[in-house]
Amino acid sequence: MDYHWNWMFFFQETDDGLKYYDWMLSGLGWTTAVSLASLVVALLLGSVLGVMRTTPNRWLVGIGDTYVDVFRNVPLIVQLFMWFFVVPELVPETIGNWMKQDLPYIVTAVVGLGLYTAARIAEQVKAGINSLSRGQRFAGLALGFTEWQTYRYVRLPMAYRIVLPALTSEAMNIFKNSAVTYAVGILELYFQYKQIIEKTSQVLEITIVVTSLYFLLAFVMNRILAIVESRTRVPGLIVGSKGGK
Amino acid sequence: MIEIKNVSKWYGSFQVLTDCTTQVSKSEVVVVCGPSGSGKSTLIKCVNGLEPFQKGSVVVDGIAVEAPKTNLPKLRARVGMVFQNFELFPHMTITDNLVIAQIKVLGRSREEAEDKGLKLLDRVGLKSQAAKFPGQLSGGQQQRVAIARALAMDPICMLFDEPTSALDPEMINEVLDVMVQLAHEGMTMMCVTHEMGFARKVAHRVIFMDRGAIVEDAAKEEFFGQPRSERAQSFLAKILQH
Repeated sequence: MDYHWNWMFFFQETDDGLKYYDWMLSGLGWTTAVSLASLVVALLLGSVLGVMRTTPNRWLVGIGDTYVDVFRNVPLIVQLFMWFFVVPELVPETIGNWMKQDLPYIVTAVVGLGLYTAARIAEQVKAGINSLSRGQRFAGLALGFTEWQTYRYVRLPMAYRIVLPALTSEAMNIFKNSAVTYAVGILELYFQYKQIIEKTSQVLEITIVVTSLYFLLAFVMNRILAIVESRTRVPGLIVGSKGGK
Repeated sequence: MIEIKNVSKWYGSFQVLTDCTTQVSKSEVVVVCGPSGSGKSTLIKCVNGLEPFQKGSVVVDGIAVEAPKTNLPKLRARVGMVFQNFELFPHMTITDNLVIAQIKVLGRSREEAEDKGLKLLDRVGLKSQAAKFPGQLSGGQQQRVAIARALAMDPICMLFDEPTSALDPEMINEVLDVMVQLAHEGMTMMCVTHEMGFARKVAHRVIFMDRGAIVEDAAKEEFFGQPRSERAQSFLAKILQH
């Protein structure tokens, strides 16, 4: 193999006066920011939608089901392009211009990735709630809880515990999926990866580093949620394999 | 206290309750029995509106359960209910199970609620289990906690939906003992159960249901002495054989 290894290029200066490792770190920062913000959006919206789909109200169920159908069946990259290029054309002109000119890219990217992931989380939250016995809701209602209180105090605390393994996968996926936002101009890790390859041609070194960084992000998230899982484990209760996907 | 008037209920085209009428007076203990699928559990769940019904009326302490304007949570908070599968909240300690509704529904302070809850826990003989989780208790213990949880709301009456059916035989008595004690204290009780020993001991009336209808509604002595309907006779013959 006559590949010319050169690990030191990370410390070389780039055109803009920074070093290549600065580009990497900046990419890592944007990836983390987009991913974590999207995860918050996805967890909040996904939970609301998941709950809606388990209520006795036909309209709420219909809205939730439709949302999941739409957002789960369209590729993420297409959804991102829609938020960036199609939606601004469909809304009133002043809002459209504001979206195109003043709205920071990261906001649109977070909306895109967050809403996409929300559909998946909605599916899991729904599955978690439905895995509980009907009697749990009855017991809550019989004590005088409102329907909402049965969710708040009885059903959601158990449902989240049950689907935590699936939510962990989602939280790890979001770091990986965030790479797609490079296509709409977010200067995240994958964008920097491509850029550095073009500038330096040190493909192997940079690939090893970027792969490791993505691995590390997902791995750290996995460990954090494993701690959450053990902290929230209910003594005497076996939940185990009920998690599902 | 509880008046059930001409209640009928359908699941789609299948009729689960047919024109059920009965009542439970204050401090009365009424046992509801009958073969499985006879609608006993459905009927008792109509009393606090857990199961909606299409026809008839249920009035609890002067309040019509089926009226759209009725504040069901408020009414249910005053009607205690105990379920076949205990339905304690598995992620909460026994203490939290006992206090959560007192705090969130009745607006009691944590101290007041704990005081009340632990007194009742002591009463059902489980004071030492306060810090445990439901999964760490036996079925009989869980059901006793469930009774204490319902009593903590100071209910005007108690509904029992097959409270011993999910229990191992050796645990049935510890639950029945608590129920007998409650009955002796004058609690108004409607109990779906197959425990005829319990019925003999404390029931004032026994209701026998079959295929969604109330077939027999008689004073205890009459029911066990000489049930009028053939179906009640054969049911009794079957379950009293042993």
